[in-house]
Amino acid sequence: MLAAVVAIIAGPLRRAGAASAPEPSQRAALEVAKDVKYREIHDAELDFRTGKLSEPDYREVDRALRSEAIELLRRLDAIATKEGRR
Amino acid sequence: MLNVGRSALTLALLIAVYGVAASLYGARTGRRQWVDSGRRAVYSLAAVLTVAFVVLEAAFLRSDFSFQLVASHSSTTTPSFYKGAAMWSSQEGSLLLWVWLLSMWSSLVLFLTRRRLREVAPCAAAVLLGLAAFFAALVVFLANPFQLATPVPAEGSGLQPLLRHPSMMIHPPLLYSGYTLFTVPFAFAAGALITRRADAEWIRATRGFALAAWLFLGVGILIGARWSWSELGWGGYWAWDPVENASLMPWLTGTAFIHSIMMQEKRGMMKVWNASLVLATGVLAVLGTFLVRSGILESIHAFGGSTLGLPFLGLIAVMMFGSVALVSSRRAALRSEGRLESLFSRESMFVLNNAVLVGLCFVIFWGTFFPLISEAVTGQRASVGPPWFDRYTVPLALVLVLLSGLGPVIAWRRATARNARRSLRGPLAVAALAAVGLTAAAGVAARPLALAMFSGAAFVAAVVVQEFWRGMRARQAVSHESAAVALVALARRNRRRYGGYVVHLGMAVLFVGIAASASFQTIHDVRLSPGQSARIESYDIHYVRATSALSNEKVTLGAILDVSRDGRHVATLAPTRGYYQSQDPQLGPVGRYFDGEATSEVGLRAGLRRDLWTAVQPDIGAMQKMIDGLDRRFPLATGRSQGLLLAALAARYEAQPPPASFRLIASPLVEWIWLGGGIVGLGGLFALWPGASFSRRRAPAPARARLGRQPSRA
Repeated sequence: MLAAVVAIIAGPLRRAGAASAPEPSQRAALEVAKDVKYREIHDAELDFRTGKLSEPDYREVDRALRSEAIELLRRLDAIATKEGRR
Repeated sequence: MLNVGRSALTLALLIAVYGVAASLYGARTGRRQWVDSGRRAVYSLAAVLTVAFVVLEAAFLRSDFSFQLVASHSSTTTPSFYKGAAMWSSQEGSLLLWVWLLSMWSSLVLFLTRRRLREVAPCAAAVLLGLAAFFAALVVFLANPFQLATPVPAEGSGLQPLLRHPSMMIHPPLLYSGYTLFTVPFAFAAGALITRRADAEWIRATRGFALAAWLFLGVGILIGARWSWSELGWGGYWAWDPVENASLMPWLTGTAFIHSIMMQEKRGMMKVWNASLVLATGVLAVLGTFLVRSGILESIHAFGGSTLGLPFLGLIAVMMFGSVALVSSRRAALRSEGRLESLFSRESMFVLNNAVLVGLCFVIFWGTFFPLISEAVTGQRASVGPPWFDRYTVPLALVLVLLSGLGPVIAWRRATARNARRSLRGPLAVAALAAVGLTAAAGVAARPLALAMFSGAAFVAAVVVQEFWRGMRARQAVSHESAAVALVALARRNRRRYGGYVVHLGMAVLFVGIAASASFQTIHDVRLSPGQSARIESYDIHYVRATSALSNEKVTLGAILDVSRDGRHVATLAPTRGYYQSQDPQLGPVGRYFDGEATSEVGLRAGLRRDLWTAVQPDIGAMQKMIDGLDRRFPLATGRSQGLLLAALAARYEAQPPPASFRLIASPLVEWIWLGGGIVGLGGLFALWPGASFSRRRAPAPARARLGRQPSRA
């Protein structure tokens, strides 16, 4: 049991290389934010269709959400471009 | 096998300690090898603890009394069904269950996040492994389940009689699953704060675990309540007992958390609050285990000793002060990104809902720990009872029910009074109708809080039905599907929203059951001889005859009760009381059965309208002369001869039964509590069930073009 545990745990330590490439953490966070924003756009539409939001309010909320989503996509595009250049 | 188990536990402790060090080193230096090694330590921990768990479980099933724990918590006469659950009736076994479950959930979450959260996950792994190391140290040094019994007894002491109930097979594992699952968001919140990555990513990764914790804990609490109602002879399902309260507190803060994280996910708001809430929930989960295991507060559920108080207090102190230090030192990273756009919005409803839930938790915390607080302040231990809890919790629960109806009809970001009026008109009319209709019913108007709860629940039910109806119509308008197809598709596409609505409906049903049974219950304590009758509400209870039964482990005395209404037979109930043999060798062969543990088997006629609950307390005092006489004449009787003596006693009880005491209860709508719990469970499972990522469901590119305005299917 001890030998098996040591083999499993020590496995990654035998790998060559010191520090691995840093994770694109900003991109991961933006991907999550994008997913949430899409969900929010969908929810706002469902709120409107089920009578919880008036049309003027919905238009305003929807516009704001879509521009926030576009901003997120721009930032994701910028990161993708930067990663492509590397 | 003892050595295998002991070695596995020691190895588990070493793995956990190593894993903490490897994860922290990997996180600090960015060396992925160490992070991966730390994660593998979690998997290994789960494997090694599974070995220990299986060894102990097998010992219980084989009645291997060389295990001291098996000898003291099981016996050859314990039914196999209960042998499997006997492990968690002991302190040592339940701590092993705790750390085993923790290792399984930790493995699952770290496997799921192995390619994500690369900064947060190693710190979270260190926290999870730190908790595992604490519990592994407890089972290695203070409560080792692999102790040798010397000498090895031929027979074990048997399982604590109160725990011989099917619910007890699953109640502790469910509660412990809830507690241990709550440590996952706790650990990731701590990891996010340590690495200053307080965005929505860790929430997204652990939301399912928080919801599963909430679900397991909630179902576990309800199963415990059901056990109390049908197994404990006092005639209630909730006694505001410290151990009951200890399980409810993290459930309440967990409920607040799974609402308020939506605000952080969607709006980047309430980060400080969410971090505090999930850290508090983690601390309360450990506190719950501590209350059961320490025996610091008197409880009918505390089956453990009091040897673990100090280590637990140390852990709770570290978790509490660590949480406060983390939140206060990371205020900059926790700054809110959004702001409340309107006081009339879903966000405001969530703030109110959180205030009420945390208020409820605070009241329960205060009442639970009042004996310790009063002792610290005045030197005298005083406690508060159910009326004190009811005074504060009932109005708060009422507000909570109303909010669970209001929330779904209020839009995110902003809502208009006009739309809200339109959405609320129907449900308010239903609530008013319910109030008027119920006021006409006899006795309901005299209980204004119960009446308000019934009306509030009707309001919630109407809101939920309206939401499903409107959502279905909205989808049909775009998709032209049939009503059934549109309804299913709507719910599947919006699992969290509609699963949540079902949970609200279930909670409303559950609260109706609580309000009705607490306000309109009738209790009669009577003393009857065979042939006599008593009346409760419109039911006549006739004591037909006494009964008795013998088994290897207990003597059962009971009664056959005939229940009729207006002269028509309704049910036959058979409440019994079981007397378990004491292990005290000083007692005689017959007397030892009546000086040991005794449990009630309730005679219950459950129904959607009313439960008729009966328990019997045979008058053993009236038979004491015969018991003493048999003990004096046959002091050395064992085995078959002892069985003959008991049979003689049982026959005498059936032939000439002394008057017995009965508790009779007619309690309306108790079944609604379990029914509501079932609905909550189904709604929770539906919300928990993984759906495809929302953005993946849409076309991947060109990205900005996707945001062109076109109606989507709801």
